[in-house]
Amino acid sequence: MENERIDQIIDKHHGEASSLIQVLLEIQCENHWLPKEALVRVSEKLRVPLTRIQHIATFYKAFSLVPKGRHEIHICVGTACHVRGATRVLDNVQDLLGIKPGETDLDLKFSLETVNCVGCCALGPVMDVDGKIYGNMAPSKTADVIKNYE
Amino acid sequence: MREILLQIDGKEVKAREGMTVLEAAQSAGISIPTLCHHEKLEPYGGCRICIVEVEVRGGTQIVVSCVYLVEKNLVVRTRSEKVDRIRKMILELLLAHAPDAFELQDLAKEYGADKDRFEKEASFCIHCGLCVRYCAEVKKKNAVGFVDRGTRREISFIPEIASKECWNCKECFPLCPTEALQAAFVLTKALFPPPHPGSEPRG
Repeated sequence: MENERIDQIIDKHHGEASSLIQVLLEIQCENHWLPKEALVRVSEKLRVPLTRIQHIATFYKAFSLVPKGRHEIHICVGTACHVRGATRVLDNVQDLLGIKPGETDLDLKFSLETVNCVGCCALGPVMDVDGKIYGNMAPSKTADVIKNYE
Repeated sequence: MREILLQIDGKEVKAREGMTVLEAAQSAGISIPTLCHHEKLEPYGGCRICIVEVEVRGGTQIVVSCVYLVEKNLVVRTRSEKVDRIRKMILELLLAHAPDAFELQDLAKEYGADKDRFEKEASFCIHCGLCVRYCAEVKKKNAVGFVDRGTRREISFIPEIASKECWNCKECFPLCPTEALQAAFVLTKALFPPPHPGSEPRG
């Protein structure tokens, strides 16, 4: 991610240190992860110590300090989805993509995560790709969903 | 500055408004054990070992003396059965992280804490934040900070800052209540990363 784009985001928040998390969220949203250079740039511009940024970036699960794929797949393994077979869905997606939860594939296409609840238990098992919810998932349906993403 | 009279362990103590119970006790020569307290730093209330019992509105309450401000006619007890029991528990939990820390062992002897009560998870850090806060508040270098959260929280040096500032300072080393070498170890790890990153087990 270029420094100019980071500066634009910072300027949008008037360079205020109190907007640190918003700035980080926007960088995360556009870039899918927070490279060290970006954190150093934010630290300099907002005049927030790098230790503090590092603390925040490692505290929240929304931030990633390692590269993430273009599409983020979240599979719910909460109680409701679990009893409806979320583990089998998860196993199936793992086999399809060849990655485990927390990992990203080599061509940076997909990242896989498990989550504990997406808030729509009636639709379980639930799979979420880039914020779009796919309900009533079954192991046989996952391939159809994943092939829609490039 | 208004003066406030309060009672600590049955002794009348004069304190200034805005002082903490811990400061008032120390000024009166009453000792309260502390781990995360440092007079040059802002109160933190991280280790909870300095808890005392205070009488508020007829009942008693357990408060953290390093962040609790003095009040008029406050009655404080620095040792009681309840306080000792809680301190013993805190020590036993801290000893699971730093079983060999002399400061903790001395306190454990006093409060009868069993260092083998809980399964050991020796990370050698009890998250008192002394090194982190000293670097930020006194030295204003911010070379060391906390990363991650919950049970995985640990201190971490920023290599770029540490390589410039730390060799001539090292003032955080002796502050550590577990052992002075803990910060040294993390610092060395930051400056000289292992040849195969990821090959080393995470602490």
